[in-house]
Amino acid sequence: MRRRSGDVLAYAVLTVLSVLWLIPVFFLVVHSFRGEPGAAIRYIFPKEYTWDNYIRLFTETELFNFPRWYGNTLIVSLASCVLSTAYVLMIAYAFSRLRFPGRGAMMKAGLVLNMFPGFMSMIAVYFILKAVGLTQSLLALVLVYSGSSALTYYVAKGFFDTVPRALDEAAYIDGASAAMIFRMITLPLSRPMIVYTVLMSFMAPWMDYIFASVIMKDAYDSYTVALGLFQMISRENIYDYFTVFCAGAVLVAIPISVVFFLLQRYYVEGITGGAVKG
Amino acid sequence: MADLDYLASSPVRKWRIRTGNALRALPGRTAAGIRSLPRRAASLFGGIRRGILSLGLIFLRGDFATKLSFLVMGFGCLRRRRIARGLFYLLFQIGFWIFFSTVGFGSIASLATLGDTVAGEVWNAEKGIFEYSAGDNSMLILLYGVVSILIVLLHTGVWISSVRVCRESELIARAGGKMPRLRDEVTALANGEFHKTLLFLPTLAVIVFTVLPLIFMILIAFTDYDRFHMPPGNLFSWVGLENFRAIFGLGENALLGQTFRSILSWTLIWAAIATLSNYLFGMLLALLISRRGIRCKKLFRSVFVTTIAVPQFVSLMFMRNLLSDTGLVNVFLTQMGWITSPIPFLTDGTVAKFTVLAVNMWVGIPYSMLITTGILLNIPRDLYEASRIDGASPMMQFRKITLPYVLYVTAPYLITQFVGNINNFNVIWLLSGGGPMTGEYYQAGRTDLLITWLYRITTGEQNYKLASVIGIITFAVCAAFSLIVYSRTTSAGEGDFG
Repeated sequence: MRRRSGDVLAYAVLTVLSVLWLIPVFFLVVHSFRGEPGAAIRYIFPKEYTWDNYIRLFTETELFNFPRWYGNTLIVSLASCVLSTAYVLMIAYAFSRLRFPGRGAMMKAGLVLNMFPGFMSMIAVYFILKAVGLTQSLLALVLVYSGSSALTYYVAKGFFDTVPRALDEAAYIDGASAAMIFRMITLPLSRPMIVYTVLMSFMAPWMDYIFASVIMKDAYDSYTVALGLFQMISRENIYDYFTVFCAGAVLVAIPISVVFFLLQRYYVEGITGGAVKG
Repeated sequence: MADLDYLASSPVRKWRIRTGNALRALPGRTAAGIRSLPRRAASLFGGIRRGILSLGLIFLRGDFATKLSFLVMGFGCLRRRRIARGLFYLLFQIGFWIFFSTVGFGSIASLATLGDTVAGEVWNAEKGIFEYSAGDNSMLILLYGVVSILIVLLHTGVWISSVRVCRESELIARAGGKMPRLRDEVTALANGEFHKTLLFLPTLAVIVFTVLPLIFMILIAFTDYDRFHMPPGNLFSWVGLENFRAIFGLGENALLGQTFRSILSWTLIWAAIATLSNYLFGMLLALLISRRGIRCKKLFRSVFVTTIAVPQFVSLMFMRNLLSDTGLVNVFLTQMGWITSPIPFLTDGTVAKFTVLAVNMWVGIPYSMLITTGILLNIPRDLYEASRIDGASPMMQFRKITLPYVLYVTAPYLITQFVGNINNFNVIWLLSGGGPMTGEYYQAGRTDLLITWLYRITTGEQNYKLASVIGIITFAVCAAFSLIVYSRTTSAGEGDFG
């Protein structure tokens, strides 16, 4: 009997929490179909529903070129995802498996560098990019995102640490070089880790607002979605564009949610894997 | 306290004893850390001395070609027909000296003043007009100076390695061994020297996009770079520790020190509460879902994971709208007749602090739920079986197996979360924008963290000098906390961090 009442209580708590967690997401979707303009309405559910907001996203492109921003973000995240994954795997493997002079010092330096707030340096990054003539370009964003992700190798290193060394040694005795061991033994065994790294670096450009805003300034054509959507709810535009913003936000959330749900397992394995097995 | 007494005491008491011990050991640890500084410095200098000595030995013992390699990089290699290596060093040296004599030396020299010619108009008597003169750009001088110093350091490194390689070639030649050919040296990059191949690109990226900008911004903290000293047009110059004095309230602006203290304490309170609440409630949620007898576990998990999958900037900006004075939440509460005037979720300083903490739970709990779930699934089943046979109650299993296991695995995660929360820009900036703004603070609002204050000061007032001081202090705070944890984990014998 006690067990039953406990279950009922647990279900009740879970249901209440689920509703609380879903309310913002639910209303985001509802508002993206709202017919009336304005940032706020004096009632809870909209009076009319329409597809207009989605249509406006793709037709009214003079002020807010959403399709183009979407494409930009996709390009940037694909490119920086390839580059950062390569960086992270290379650093993590070198620190985890290879022994060379300066390894400890470099790892300590990485630890210290990670503790500086990331965008303390953004102004300087801007001037460096300007000095080489790269500001306001997508390439700059790719370089900056992947450059700053290179230092997030800890999870990957933790994972590589758990891959048994005996495998390497066996391959080494069979005459494999360090590069071959990396490519043919460690990498194939590290799929969860690789998927996790890819996932994280793919999602970053969709979420980042700060670096993009510093690098792009007023180059509207090179904006990413985060930056562009933020413009829509600035004080001058929020009345006309709030519902359009919601529609855009839904379109951004869809691909990320799909990717995330498909690869959720790897996310958990990636973040806990190293710690649990080690 | 005897070991047996300790073992016999209750978990809560054990926890109190352990925490007490850790806190009591804290001053001792800090002191030990500080005391070890001279030793560490000594070992660093010892290392440098040994390096110089070994170079000296090479010079003394090497033959003529090796000795000449100290001046002409790679000469020893060329002499011994290690052409590719030798040529690489030689070309590197030539390139470096061309750079150093044309740009490098001048850049480093002008670091001393950061420029002395102010841009302005100069009367050209010949043409009878005012001509615009460019003047010095302190910003670029500083940037080029730092880059030049990095290049000089790089050159020193390559020089040392070139001398070593020349000596090595000499020894090989003397022993009558086989000189490595170009092909051998390339294949070595995939084997013995594989770390160089792997680390080259990432290190370059880190140096260009992290190290260089950081050095630059740290240096800015010692200048008077703000909107009154904005290049091009105006110069900025070194001011020593002036900015640090100012932020601790010793400068002219007394408000600044007060603001800094308030924001720092709120940042720490925020980070502590945000980390603990997310961690605790996330764990409880995971336990609740994984409770035996609950069906649709997957469905419940998916509901919470949905909020991770929606990009933060979207959900946070939308929440900001929901929670505004005319937003949906207030409309709903008014319609239900529960309130008569809107709750100032984001417009009252104190309420706003609770709001950001609550919303942060909405953002963060799914993450810790997901992680705890992963760990719970990993706890070996047989532990529970064995304890059940021994007659342990579910409560006891939770206390003796689940909790210690989860805590052990997630301890490093907790500290990264804490440091992450100190720097949690998104939740604050996108939700409350640091607001509500207040006149009691210098350019800051009630919910501003150090990091959002830094951002506001940089983008709004363009007070770069103050921003970099704040950045350095944020770093110091994060570093202090990480060091404490780091020394704890190493004392537990786990060695390698990471």
